[in-house]
Amino acid sequence: MDDLHPYMFWLIAPLTGLCAIATVITQNIVRSATWLLFTLAGTSSIFFLLGADLVGAIQLLVYVGGTMVLVIFGVMLTAQGPFITMKTSGAEWAISIVAGIMLFAVLGFGATHYVRSSAERAKETVPENPKDSRNSTTIGQGLLGVPVGPSDPKMPSQTIHYLLPFEIVSVHLLVVLIGAAYLARTKRRKEEEAAP
Amino acid sequence: MLDWLSDAWRDYGIFALALIASNALIGFMLINAIFSVWLERKVAGRIQDRLGPTRVGGKFGWLQTLADGMKLLVKEDTIPAAADQFLFRVGPYIALVGSFLAFVALPFGDGVVAREMNIALFFMLAVMSSEVFGIILIGYGSGSKWSLFGGIRESAQMVSYEIPMALCVLVPVVVAGSMNLGEVAKMQSSIWNWLIFHDPFTFCAFWTYFTCAMASCKRAPFDLAEAESELVAGFHTEYSGFRWLVIFMAEYGSMFAVSGIACIMFLGGWSIGVPVELTTFFGETIGLGTFGMVIGNVINVTVFLTKGWILVFVMMWVRWTLPRLRIDQVMMMCLKYLIPISCVLLVGVALWTLWIPAPIQRYIAWGIFAVSMGATAWLVMQMITLAKLPPGTGMPGMWRLADEPGYHGAPKAEKPA
Repeated sequence: MDDLHPYMFWLIAPLTGLCAIATVITQNIVRSATWLLFTLAGTSSIFFLLGADLVGAIQLLVYVGGTMVLVIFGVMLTAQGPFITMKTSGAEWAISIVAGIMLFAVLGFGATHYVRSSAERAKETVPENPKDSRNSTTIGQGLLGVPVGPSDPKMPSQTIHYLLPFEIVSVHLLVVLIGAAYLARTKRRKEEEAAP
Repeated sequence: MLDWLSDAWRDYGIFALALIASNALIGFMLINAIFSVWLERKVAGRIQDRLGPTRVGGKFGWLQTLADGMKLLVKEDTIPAAADQFLFRVGPYIALVGSFLAFVALPFGDGVVAREMNIALFFMLAVMSSEVFGIILIGYGSGSKWSLFGGIRESAQMVSYEIPMALCVLVPVVVAGSMNLGEVAKMQSSIWNWLIFHDPFTFCAFWTYFTCAMASCKRAPFDLAEAESELVAGFHTEYSGFRWLVIFMAEYGSMFAVSGIACIMFLGGWSIGVPVELTTFFGETIGLGTFGMVIGNVINVTVFLTKGWILVFVMMWVRWTLPRLRIDQVMMMCLKYLIPISCVLLVGVALWTLWIPAPIQRYIAWGIFAVSMGATAWLVMQMITLAKLPPGTGMPGMWRLADEPGYHGAPKAEKPA
């Protein structure tokens, strides 16, 4: 029992997988969203197991919030009766099973085909103890323009930073935010003008 | 810590340590809930000119909560026939887990933390936001419109107030340059280094943060979503017994968690106010070794818990003093006032640290420190002198009869001769 991480992984991963299956086969929409929440929480706990605290916390913050919105909209926009169930037809089952098997085949092929040899693995500079990769300062610095990445292939003297992608995503999100606020705004004033 | 174990046993030791740590945290949450409920009833009683619980457990009724807990444990566990069984059962536990996980990253002393994280603050905010999910499930799973409306109302309020809360807590992060709660607490070893006194923006950010924290814990004056006296709490109306207890443990747990964040980010964490690291002081300066470090950390934890519970006490004080806001006032306060204020504070503190030269920063920090200490001293003096006045003479804010001796408020009614 030299390393606990595989055991923890084999504890968490099947539970996450079971929750994912339950998400798909549950017919009640809110129950399905709850299983989805458990799946995403399981994924984030795998991130925590890998020592990637920042990614795990972001996973929790973004996806728990996202699932919550899903539940609220699922309840508020689709509710006809007290508890909503979705009827899935046989054709839908068939299509989704085919799509699922294809995705699984691709992922399984990728996972088994590109297994690195032990010589290749030894070359990598992965920290031995996941404790050492806890530092998220590098990510923050990279996003703020401090060169932290690999060296630029065109200009080998410089290393890559991620300021521009970060700014583009930020401005994009701001636009989305303003657009959402504009769409959600009540149109009462216009109706009052039109009414008389 | 586990060096004395052989390699083969060390991993089991890590498991055992993790179990002990998680059990200690669960125990802390339970004791915190028991103590907070007792304190709440006492504070409410005193503020309303009553005694509060006095019978159970001797002098101050300090076993009252334990008796209440026993009552809740033996109560019948009812689930309404219309409820969604699975969601009804799972909802309270999601709320509790959200609240409990926050304690995993919260340091109680120098290194007294279940898991030290670089982004502990972000982690705490992230997991505390998942408490809302539990509340929505509680409201929805109860299978009644009353509970559903209550849950949606509550979650709308909690989600809205998380935004200014997160923005305000970023203000001291800009100054400290770290989200590691342990590091931030160690930076503020002496009282004039506490981040609340650093500049005007952090000073305002503390009060804004505390307001938002109170609202996101759905405490009065923002407890409109629950409104125990009028709406019977809305979302958890259908719950009884142990499940109800779990919901309340989550609520009191998150009350202490937000107070703990306020302590660490603004009020120096476990610092006693003088620039002495107690673990190094007892361990090396006095020379007690490991035992001295344990003593130092016990004092650290005591100081931290005291500060946290003082903030919890302030929350109770406000709850029983101020009247409840209406729903439009609650939402307007968040969207029109607290979010713009916190944005201004965040931009302001960034510009302050960039543009204002360091000597001026220091003078202003000392000024803020001196003024706040002066104001605190004046308040304490007022409280001491007012408490010594004989009853019925000049306590401010008391209702009195117009013809009582010592009444100066309004013109006296002319007595017929």
